[in-house]
Amino acid sequence: MTLEYVPGIPVLRPYVDPDNAPFWQAVDRHKFVLQRCADCAIFFQPPRPMCPNCRSMDALEWVPSSGHGKVYSYVTFTSDRMAYPAMKIPYSVVLVELEEGVRLTANIVDVEPEDVYIGMPVEVTFNNPTDDLTLYQFKSRAS
Amino acid sequence: MLDEYRTKSYRHHLRPAVDANLIKDETAIVGIGQTEFSRNAQRDELDLACEAIKNAVADAGLTMADIDGLETLTLDRVSMPTLVGSLGIPNLRFTSEVSFGGGGSCATVMHAAAAVATGVANYVVCYRSLNEASGHRYGRGDGYAEYMTQAPTLHYGYYFPYGFLTPLAWASMYARRWMHEYDIKPEDTGWYSVVLREYAQRNPNAIFYGRPMTYQDYLDSPMIVEPLRLLDCCVDTDGAVALVVTSADRAKDARQPPAYIMAAAQSAPIETEIQTSYNRPIISGLVETWYVGQELYRISGLGPQDIDVAELYDPFSFGGIIQLEELGFCKRGEGVAFCEGGDRIRVDGELPLNTAGGLLSEAYIHGFNLITEAVRQLRGTATSQVADAETALVTAGPGLPTSGLILRK
Repeated sequence: MTLEYVPGIPVLRPYVDPDNAPFWQAVDRHKFVLQRCADCAIFFQPPRPMCPNCRSMDALEWVPSSGHGKVYSYVTFTSDRMAYPAMKIPYSVVLVELEEGVRLTANIVDVEPEDVYIGMPVEVTFNNPTDDLTLYQFKSRAS
Repeated sequence: MLDEYRTKSYRHHLRPAVDANLIKDETAIVGIGQTEFSRNAQRDELDLACEAIKNAVADAGLTMADIDGLETLTLDRVSMPTLVGSLGIPNLRFTSEVSFGGGGSCATVMHAAAAVATGVANYVVCYRSLNEASGHRYGRGDGYAEYMTQAPTLHYGYYFPYGFLTPLAWASMYARRWMHEYDIKPEDTGWYSVVLREYAQRNPNAIFYGRPMTYQDYLDSPMIVEPLRLLDCCVDTDGAVALVVTSADRAKDARQPPAYIMAAAQSAPIETEIQTSYNRPIISGLVETWYVGQELYRISGLGPQDIDVAELYDPFSFGGIIQLEELGFCKRGEGVAFCEGGDRIRVDGELPLNTAGGLLSEAYIHGFNLITEAVRQLRGTATSQVADAETALVTAGPGLPTSGLILRK
């Protein structure tokens, strides 16, 4: 069973603040962007107002990402004791290390939980848990 | 550049020592108190806090009028002003609240000791009261939306939409990577849980007193969030714990043998999220616990070989095991082997560990019950007493800004 939602129960929405708004606005348009310091060429997650390496507040920019990466770790919710009720168990959450070096979590939409493994090549995709919500997700990618 | 930035900020950047530590040997814990630990107290947290504090003050041989400071942690559901009104403390001279929930358990003692050592207050009570079993359940996913709008946990907005909620799930992400890097199987963490349950069989206050557990029971318990099982997890508890901190001078006249504070430390490293610090160079360790350990050893002048008993904050068995590695009790990746069969961590072993049952089998009072157990060990009154225990190391919640203590007789 790949990712499935329970009808009638909404997922929690992302919390959008001034620092991460460009990220989620891009996701709404099915674009995947990451924050980078142009001077240091360092990517950050989560987004922030200052580069922690050079302390610049002006050199931060949002750049398109390939969305390609590998599973760095993952968990599988197998019990309704801890699972969020909007999602059918079992479901997996993957921590993906992107080519840019930062790691993000999401569900994996097209792989059975028992088939996920560390090192698995994945790429970003998008889904709509509800009509008014777009999320980035991961799906398998040929290596 | 990316790797250089990330690695130089990680685990190699021990700061120079601060100029003078006024807490070391100049402060002590002189009173401990608690309520019954249960799964359904049918009393609110304020009620429980009052009883625990009253017991701690009496244990110290003091009266409530002697208390001039109160210290607790965030995520607290007791209103401090209301508590002061119930306790009848005429005028509080010092009060503060340490951030980051369980990561601050030992830090409350550090802040109290700092207040005492700098002459801000004479007797500071640190307390924690929870109805985690019957009331608000931080350990479960209900009611979590509120955390996304609180300053320390705004980053949860990246996780919650994916059904990625609860400390167990966030910890499982670390656990899976740790198991991958060190070739550990999920069931390998079981001995840790089994030994802690043994300790609980000698502690009538433990939630799991009278309910022994075998390694087979552990194996038979269901996976909750893979790779962690039900019996890898701590026990939601209703109850409260309190303790009294004062100066070494005042401690000389205390009713009970003082537990002197040799070292107290906090750590909030770079790239820290509250239990989800996944953008560090490695996540198969707990860097804040490493920093706290380094600082504790430097301040105290002790090393891991000098610790007679350890009380490690273990919301999950693997979290306790990784701390053994980070604190230098064994090498990285060898924590499971250290606990194999259990002998090294039993009461007569190399490192008696969580001797009242820990958070897994005694109670989950955000680690306060670990501090009071360390005090009992140094007094010689523990239910699983370590012979001639003279030093005890205590830690706070792992995987978030955390803290620790080394106490001595």
